[in-house]
Amino acid sequence: MFHTILFIALFLLSISIFICLYRLVKGPTRPDRVLALDAIGFNIIGVVTVLSILLHTLAFLEVILLIGILAFLGTIALSKFIEKGTVIDYERSD
Amino acid sequence: MKFSNVMLETATKIIIFIVLTFSTYLFFAGHHNPGGGFIGGLVMTAAIVLFYMTFDVVTAREVIPVNFRKIGAFGALIAVTTGVGSFLFDVPFLTQSFTYVDLPLFGETELATSLLFDVGVFLAVIGSVMTIILSISEDV
Repeated sequence: MFHTILFIALFLLSISIFICLYRLVKGPTRPDRVLALDAIGFNIIGVVTVLSILLHTLAFLEVILLIGILAFLGTIALSKFIEKGTVIDYERSD
Repeated sequence: MKFSNVMLETATKIIIFIVLTFSTYLFFAGHHNPGGGFIGGLVMTAAIVLFYMTFDVVTAREVIPVNFRKIGAFGALIAVTTGVGSFLFDVPFLTQSFTYVDLPLFGETELATSLLFDVGVFLAVIGSVMTIILSISEDV
């Protein structure tokens, strides 16, 4: 019973990742693509969580933290690039 | 146009310490668990890059006044030196050994000589990745 629920959750998460992939490729504007990448990152976190419940292991928890940090960094870099044009500025103007 | 990043600056000041702690944990979790010098160095690079992204290069150079090229070279030197050090004991290159020591706070702890090699890898990764990212960003 519990296994069935976990497999259904994995299936739904993978469908959600595919929908985000469609938005990433098709997305009319750049903010759509940034949000799609962010959502893919958090869906992958969900997949890893369900997998670690399914496999009865704690070994994937570092993976979850790492994906969280990298998705956060990527989102910040892309949003700053969209808003300002540079990712790392030499000297702040304001 | 002004880039008002008060939220980003406030969040970064807290998040950097979380990421640095995670990096240290990954560095010491090597050998038996996922982790080690390479991935620890990459996570610490992520923290430094977050600092560079939130503030600017001038501020970051004031706060972190190190030359990342020298750090990378120094790390590679440490890694090679620990490999050469195994010649002193008449064993092949890069031979590692470990022992169990009673430390006052941690109890019985495994101390491995590959930790010294990992320190070299850690510094080499930080130096090379930061050099790559900064030289790309200065090109604009």
